[in-house]
Amino acid sequence: MLSAAPGKKPPPAVTMVAAGGLLLAAMVVAVAFGSVRLGPGQVFDGLFDRGDPVARQIVWQLRVPRVLVAALVGANLGLAGVLLQGITRNPLADPHILGFSAGAGLAAIAVLVIAPGTPVGLVAPAAFLGSMASAAVVYALAWRGGISPVRFALSGVAVAALFTALSTAVIATSDLFTQATLSFLAGGLFGRDWSHFEQLWPYTVVAGSLTLVAAGWLNILALGDDMARGLGLRVERVRLMLAVLAAVLTGSAVAVSGLLAFIGLVVPHAARLVAGNDYRVVMPLAAILGAALLVVADTFARVVLAPIELPVGIVTAVVGAPAFLLLVRTRT
Amino acid sequence: MSGGAAPLLEVRDLCVRYGSRTAVDGVGLQVGRGEIVALIGPNGSGKSSLLRAIGRMRKPDAGSVRFEGTDIWRVGAREYARRVAFLPQAPEAPSDLTVEELAWRGRFPHRGLLAAASKADRTAVEGAIAQCGLEALRGRPLATLSGGERQRAWIGLALAQEPELLLLDEPTTFLDIGHQQELLGLLTRLNEARGLTIVMVMHDIAQAAHVADRLVAMQGGRVLVDGAPTEVVTAERIEVLFGASVTVLRHPESGAPIVVPAAFLRGGQASRDLDRVTSEDGQ
Repeated sequence: MLSAAPGKKPPPAVTMVAAGGLLLAAMVVAVAFGSVRLGPGQVFDGLFDRGDPVARQIVWQLRVPRVLVAALVGANLGLAGVLLQGITRNPLADPHILGFSAGAGLAAIAVLVIAPGTPVGLVAPAAFLGSMASAAVVYALAWRGGISPVRFALSGVAVAALFTALSTAVIATSDLFTQATLSFLAGGLFGRDWSHFEQLWPYTVVAGSLTLVAAGWLNILALGDDMARGLGLRVERVRLMLAVLAAVLTGSAVAVSGLLAFIGLVVPHAARLVAGNDYRVVMPLAAILGAALLVVADTFARVVLAPIELPVGIVTAVVGAPAFLLLVRTRT
Repeated sequence: MSGGAAPLLEVRDLCVRYGSRTAVDGVGLQVGRGEIVALIGPNGSGKSSLLRAIGRMRKPDAGSVRFEGTDIWRVGAREYARRVAFLPQAPEAPSDLTVEELAWRGRFPHRGLLAAASKADRTAVEGAIAQCGLEALRGRPLATLSGGERQRAWIGLALAQEPELLLLDEPTTFLDIGHQQELLGLLTRLNEARGLTIVMVMHDIAQAAHVADRLVAMQGGRVLVDGAPTEVVTAERIEVLFGASVTVLRHPESGAPIVVPAAFLRGGQASRDLDRVTSEDGQ
């Protein structure tokens, strides 16, 4: 049992460098491969926005922004997963399961199906607001003079079920079932470009940085509410702040990618398996691993049935479920 | 006990309510620097609620808790945590957390969120590890420790906080007699060596009487009696507190009171009743 030998964790710096290298490699591969075959020279020129105009268009306008968007979405979901698992002290928590993204689905579907005339540009803001709203509902339902982690998890599951049912109801009663709706529900990155990148990166940078600062609080919260209070942590305030960060990270990600399952669930476990229990290491590692995982999954989604694309959400679920089971079995 | 100066801890007219239930009902209590005080009483008597109020786990509904004369809710949570450590009854932690990592968590109230470990941090952690006899266990995950070792590791965390007052909620409840003795020995040593003031909730009256300078017996949210163990532990009081009929003996060496159930003593009231019942059956 290798995983049962703690204290033998590699130094955090080594872990980060290795994970960073993994992410970089994933991004290089992702830019190099696609439904259109390009030579290394064309890809290289494309990276500097020069050379053959078609290759340049494919590399610089299609692949690079999409890979970057995938990395940001993956990082956001990985961080949100760590935050939610930390807040609830529940290894099964993730933005999807706790209803933090369910509102995004409902809002996006409402826009796409009920008001099909709405400009597509409004889908992302609606999804963001929907996600924030469902997170707020989960939090409000869990509040009774304070948040108990168990109550938080249970209200999340209930809200997720409710919002998903409402989304299904809207789809089932509408004749306008569009491709866009399906791809939003399954989670996909088809056609994501620089505008999506520009829309997303400020959230990742700001909320992500705050998350890294807040990692020390999660270390204390992990000792239970009483112990955390005894150590001078203002438990309710910190939990609210961390939940807001998780909501912002989730909302901004799903607004761009749709409802991607499993990243937020699997990545924190993988990060803890490698880095142990110190959230100051787990947090940045989860961001990097989440980014790498989604970049790889998205490349797979683009290439495996080319020229047809799979929604990447299906890939993350198909790969994520067995990976999760494997992690759970080796850990316990 | 200190003379003219304010006591280290002073509880005045404290009330704590949970919904319609009043857990602590107008309690007054003073604890001097260097004392060991044990809170005893039946389940639901309010002793844990009182301890939690002292530990700043919960705001009182009325009355106040003062530390060196200042209301504890007028100082910040972190500032209070630098002077008072609280150990809940069954604290939880990630199972792969090591003893040393746990002790480091005790430095939280002393450190900035992003500050690197200072020399003072290291000294405090090492001191805590040494005083709790955790040197050999420092790299071990909590999940691999015995109950007694784990409890010592938690005390290590509390000591790394460098508190003046240590609050413990039934620290010996889940331990066998050997580990109970070891833990109480540790607490006594810390009290003597560091002048650490200790207030703890205890279930076992004999243990409480053995280790504490003072016992505070609670019933129905109020203090029934507060005094030296020999004053507090009498057969009448235990009967009133717990509804148990007991005999109080003396420890042959220390003179500390020991409580035993009357029914187990030949000639006690309960066994006489039993004799009567049997003889009546026989006729």
